[in-house]
Amino acid sequence: MTQYLIRRILISIPTLIAISIVIFTILALAPGDPLAELAMNPAVPPEVRQRIRQSMGLDDPIPVRYVKWASSMLRGDFGYSFRSKSPVIDLIRQRLPTTLYVIGTAYVLSVLIAIPVGVLSAIRQYSIFDNIATTLAFIGFSLPTFVTGILFILVFSVKLGWLPMIYRTTIETEGLAGLWEKIKQALMPIMVLALFETAALARYTRAAMLETIHQDYVRTARAKGLSERAVILRHALRNALIPVVTIVALSIPGIFTGAVITEQIFRVPGMGSLLISAIRDNDTPVIMAITIIFSALVVLFNLIADILYGVLDPRIKYE
Amino acid sequence: MLEEVRNSAAVGATSEEGTVMDELRQLEQAARSGKLNRREVLKRAAALGLSAPVIASLLAACARGEATPTTAPAAQTPAAQTPAAGASPTPAAQASPTPAPAARRGEGGLVKLLWWQAPTILNPHLAQGTKDFDASRVVLEPLADVNDKGELVPILAAEIPSVENGGVSKDAKTVTWKLKQGVKWSDGQPFTSKDVKFTYEYVINEATTATTISNYTVIESIETPDDYTVVIHFKNPNPAWMNVFVGPYGMILPEHVLRDYVGEKARNAPFNLNPVGTGPYKVKEFKPGDVVVYEMNENYREPDKPYFAQVELKGGGDATTAARAVLQTGEVDYAWNLQVEAQVLDQLEKAGVGVVEVIEGVNVERILINMTDPRKEVDGERSKLGVPHPWQSDLRVRQAYALACQRDVIANTLYGRAGKATSNILVAPARFVSKNTSWKFDLDQAAKLLDEAGWTKGPDGIRQKDGVRMEILYQTSINPVRQKTQEIIKNAFEQLGIKVELKSIEASVFFSSDPGNPDTYAHFYADIEMFTNGPSSTYPLDYMVSWYGKEDNIAQKANNWSGNNIERWQNEEYDKAYEQAQVELDPKKQEELFIKMNDLVVNNVVVIPLVHRNSVSGRAKNLTGLELSRWTDETWNIASWRRSS
Repeated sequence: MTQYLIRRILISIPTLIAISIVIFTILALAPGDPLAELAMNPAVPPEVRQRIRQSMGLDDPIPVRYVKWASSMLRGDFGYSFRSKSPVIDLIRQRLPTTLYVIGTAYVLSVLIAIPVGVLSAIRQYSIFDNIATTLAFIGFSLPTFVTGILFILVFSVKLGWLPMIYRTTIETEGLAGLWEKIKQALMPIMVLALFETAALARYTRAAMLETIHQDYVRTARAKGLSERAVILRHALRNALIPVVTIVALSIPGIFTGAVITEQIFRVPGMGSLLISAIRDNDTPVIMAITIIFSALVVLFNLIADILYGVLDPRIKYE
Repeated sequence: MLEEVRNSAAVGATSEEGTVMDELRQLEQAARSGKLNRREVLKRAAALGLSAPVIASLLAACARGEATPTTAPAAQTPAAQTPAAGASPTPAAQASPTPAPAARRGEGGLVKLLWWQAPTILNPHLAQGTKDFDASRVVLEPLADVNDKGELVPILAAEIPSVENGGVSKDAKTVTWKLKQGVKWSDGQPFTSKDVKFTYEYVINEATTATTISNYTVIESIETPDDYTVVIHFKNPNPAWMNVFVGPYGMILPEHVLRDYVGEKARNAPFNLNPVGTGPYKVKEFKPGDVVVYEMNENYREPDKPYFAQVELKGGGDATTAARAVLQTGEVDYAWNLQVEAQVLDQLEKAGVGVVEVIEGVNVERILINMTDPRKEVDGERSKLGVPHPWQSDLRVRQAYALACQRDVIANTLYGRAGKATSNILVAPARFVSKNTSWKFDLDQAAKLLDEAGWTKGPDGIRQKDGVRMEILYQTSINPVRQKTQEIIKNAFEQLGIKVELKSIEASVFFSSDPGNPDTYAHFYADIEMFTNGPSSTYPLDYMVSWYGKEDNIAQKANNWSGNNIERWQNEEYDKAYEQAQVELDPKKQEELFIKMNDLVVNNVVVIPLVHRNSVSGRAKNLTGLELSRWTDETWNIASWRRSS
């Protein structure tokens, strides 16, 4: 086990380096620069923009730029944003809590709803409940978040006027009223994301469960005269959950990087909207920081998923 | 303004001046109450021999009187009426025509603004977009700002320099600004002329990499004889002296805060995210790319302002939902730059929650015509100076292009309230607008011109000459309105027998200054391209330089395509007029020169102006006192914004 861990961690180092080189090169080759917004402003003539471009090092050869970035990265310095001139790490610190709160809540909700729904659907295959759940899951899975997001805004903000459509991190109302405001504004983004995630996860759970229910050992358990409850929960569910746990673990990095589209629609200042605006502004240091953090998390959670697999499934040995 | 006249009346006024004051007061009252219409006010004011700024503020009062006769008088105080520092406020108070209940500072609570592009930095000299200037302007102030009519309004200056008051030297090489006394930075330090001089030193240092540097390169040196006097010496006579320390690019920085952050270190200054200013607000919280929360600056010089205790400027999202938030759900009080399709905007406004504010802009959406050949590569560059375009170098062909542009259809159907058809490239300030140009849509005449030029329709319906087919590439940035404009124009061109290939490029690429990218507007590797542009100041030299034909001003490989002249058009007459405008001090002659430059560009069809764009924003029904100006930030007079009941 220990040997396996050490080997996996050693493999992940060149993986991350390769990822960073690829992303950095793509970004460097991508056209555009952080000053495009001032192009149509005669007060800032082209030669001034050109000089600022050079001062950002955008005209240096790509390998030189990469080595500069990587060496400061190794010292734990993510560098400064081209746009706000503030340390990238500060920008991430400002936004991580919001993303964890909104996206995290949506994920937890979807796990709590999807697994029971998926299990029930599988047990009562082709029942009314199953049909409804499968239809809903299909709808939720196939409607993109930008459609449901705008639909929710039209219904809950414009028509009914119940929920705000702009997410504010600056609510100052005291006490319960303030708490209610904070919950209210997070409802729509959470619903949009949870709908999408629940749909996907419920379908996985149902499929995994259907596969195990028809296994021989489940039949054996029933033949032993165990209660249906014990058969389902102790024998079938444990095995069915193995692939589901893997999927849940692998989607955790997504909680840290936020949900790009949903955040944009509701103006949630999370990591997703930071990434999008950084890409739009060609703000290389910010894009690199977020993608590297994301890559590291993906590598880490892949490892965690593999280890969990071994814990759940004694048949798997780490040699 | 009025206050200043009154103050001067209070200080050693002759009896004659006194009567003028009385008449003025009555006039103002009449204007406010809406008894007199604008024309009459103008007539009488002119009879009194008032100066233009005073008349302007009268008219402003008049406009408000006509529009909202019920608003609180205090809300109608034009921002320009700042009592001259040091003068006792009592005469002004006595002179106030309708004594308003003294507004208490901060009684308005929170006002919510929505900019669908979020500010990322609050140091205007390092700003990278309009939003950054707008967000900085809430905290920082220039010596003067420019109202919608293009008049200077003193902000940190005690008065506007002029030849009459000795502030501007006869040769316009020296300008002396007198500053308000007793102004404090939000941290309590006094504001002095040293801060003005420091701002210049900060910006002009190339290592600072200030985006505003080009406004300051005209300065030879700055003297500060005392704490409240700034003397600016220009390198040459400078008719554009009012572009310096004025407006969005002229905000003054505090020396005591930024002293150690000039040059290389500029980007590390905490000030960039939490500026110390002289304006009505200071920053309480700033999350770059998301939101700025401002709270009142207790040291602000006007005791009864600002009306709102807090300002929240939220950023991000898109224009359509921003319009929705202000016009339909009323979640915000003000939303900026509503570039939303005309019918969508009209429909949202029907909800009756908010109002659409339209002010005439300074920008013109235009089509540029390439004078050089974008297909032929010479020494590693295309569209090279000296390699003329096979057919667009013929004036008749260019005239045919212009006749094929249905400007009214484009303006009415695509822009609605956001623009109107125009035939000029220079549409502001009013005194420089040419009346000699016109446009029309006439395909028959266009076809005739093309025939005359020898471009006749071939068997496939495409015009050709000597085996060359008239196929053009038409590029612009990605933006729904622009793509629809392209369609309309392509349709007309194809009827003429000109084959059009459309190309749309992501804005951040199209407008970038990347020398390695052939898709930028400056490379102009296409036959025609379209975008919007306009002057940034009331003496628009920096805009008219776009057609100045000197070799190093032409965008080309030699200067990494950083020249201003994109069409590669050269015209001696234009160059002469431009050079003369750089030093001309006589207002009459200035007007002639700018109108001449406009006419040369339009009549030679170097550019086809399409739409004079307006700036469109949305506000809550009860938000008043905005006084938006096309020449400066929308937040320039936020101290005077109010909520009327």
